[in-house]
Amino acid sequence: MDWLNVIVQGTLLGGLYALFAAGLSLIFGVMRLVNISHGDLIVLAAYLGLTVTSATGLHPLLALVLVVPTMGVIGYVLQRGLLNQTLGDDLLPPLLVTFGLSVIIQNGLLEVYTADPQKMDAGTLETASLAVGGLNLGVLPLLTFAVAIVVIWGLQWTFYHTALGRAFRAVSDNQDIAQLMGLNRRHIFGVAMALALGVTAIAGVLLGIRTSFDPSIGGGRLIFGFEAVIIGGLGNLWGTLAGGVILGVAQTVGAKVDPGWQILSGHLAFLFILAIRPNGLFPRISA
Amino acid sequence: MPEPILQIQGLNAHYGDFQALYGVDMEVSEGEVLAVIGSNGAGKTTLMRSITGLLSNGPGQIKYHDKDISRLRADEIAIQGLSMVPEGRQLFPSLSVRENLMIGAQVGRKGPWSLESVYKLFPILEERKDQQSTSLSGGQQQMVAIGRALMANPDLILFDEISLGLAPIIIKDIYDALPGIIGEGMSAIIVEQDISKALSVSSRVYCLQEGRVSLEGTSDTVSREDISRAYFGIE
Ligand SMILES: Nc1ncnc2c1ncn2[C@@H]1O[C@H](COP(=O)(O)OP(=O)(O)O)[C@@H](O)[C@H]1O
Ligand SMILES: [Mg+2]
Repeated sequence: MDWLNVIVQGTLLGGLYALFAAGLSLIFGVMRLVNISHGDLIVLAAYLGLTVTSATGLHPLLALVLVVPTMGVIGYVLQRGLLNQTLGDDLLPPLLVTFGLSVIIQNGLLEVYTADPQKMDAGTLETASLAVGGLNLGVLPLLTFAVAIVVIWGLQWTFYHTALGRAFRAVSDNQDIAQLMGLNRRHIFGVAMALALGVTAIAGVLLGIRTSFDPSIGGGRLIFGFEAVIIGGLGNLWGTLAGGVILGVAQTVGAKVDPGWQILSGHLAFLFILAIRPNGLFPRISA
Repeated sequence: MPEPILQIQGLNAHYGDFQALYGVDMEVSEGEVLAVIGSNGAGKTTLMRSITGLLSNGPGQIKYHDKDISRLRADEIAIQGLSMVPEGRQLFPSLSVRENLMIGAQVGRKGPWSLESVYKLFPILEERKDQQSTSLSGGQQQMVAIGRALMANPDLILFDEISLGLAPIIIKDIYDALPGIIGEGMSAIIVEQDISKALSVSSRVYCLQEGRVSLEGTSDTVSREDISRAYFGIE
């Protein structure tokens, strides 16, 4: 029962990691951009959530109504104003620029919010739990996992059943020919980044309810997101969920053996899967 | 005298330091079918890429419907009703046949072409509509590329080497379909290696040689010697 509990908790944690990863995966899939500042954007979203909740007294989940569109707008402006200029045949400029962005966001957050750890108050949601077949499951982790499934399903549906998704795939396939179809790739990329940061907003707020956060933790969230994406296979959103779950389970199992091993065992699972399946478990986009 | 739909004046094109087009002048009238011939590397595809905005041009070099489009982006030009069947087809591999056609309609122009009319022109595409476009034969892929361009309901359509790499019987099918495509007052530029094919479907012909127009004439009066001189540069 103990071990079953560990695995279930790890699975639910995987939902949060999948939310960290989904935006990364989307952006890489559409424009081959590896966004080093992704983790810091998650933390930025958590702070935006904090600001909204403390200014308005809204519940953090209701604050999403403001945080998601705000992050979306930031994403579009960031892409049109900065990141589009870095895209080309060379992979290095976007890496360098998003690395710089990461540093800027961290320092900006330090200035505005200081280095003190913060947390969002979600009332009873933080501690509520359900007893299911002898297991005691937190409502927040369950909710996070459910949100991850809905978000990934929604992204997948957008990709394969809407004109926007068709445009994403066309631009990803061949930018020149997509332009000939009347698609302005700079705009499409902006919309993709807006969508990715909308998901990031959800991830950041859920993170900020679950644990305390400070401006320095973005790097760790980026690594978890990356690992989930790579384990699942690049360009496959459901694979990203599987990757998040594997990472989460590896971490909780490691922590069960020795609390100090949580993070390490996640990295080891990642390296192990990379060694046996260099392209991840489910590579390529699947319909 | 029909109005000119496309006027090209002193068009130059470069790839880095390499100049691929030198002062090209060309005109297409409304409803006219123009052929562009020339050997490999003469600059035909470059000319198509300049017209469609995939290469950047100097100001005033290309006018479409009397408007300077030289500095516009490819998507802005496409929306004005200029579409292209690119060399090598270049379908979107992540899109099904139907989606490849649908994306052609993204520019949102009204006109005779729709999924139904494209399927009527090429019935095989309706049977294959849910397949990945890359799973089709070369000829069927070319039909998708043509259908995709038509879905934009263009005023001017560019065909870059539609018969390249296809079996003769398929080429015949596609050329048989052309009159049905280029009716309805549409203008067309056909880039073709097969000179007699090019002359048979066009009213006027231009020959490019090393980035320059080496011949301009009426398709049914131009002489074979003039063409081979313009084509190969043999004096
Ligand atoms: N992307 C490119 N970069 C550099 N040179 C190119 C490129 N594309 C074409 N060229 C050169 O430009 C010239 C014209 O090419 P192109 O327009 O493709 O000729 P055509 O279509 O008539 O065969 C050729 O000398 C070719 O080598
Ligand atoms: Mg060519």
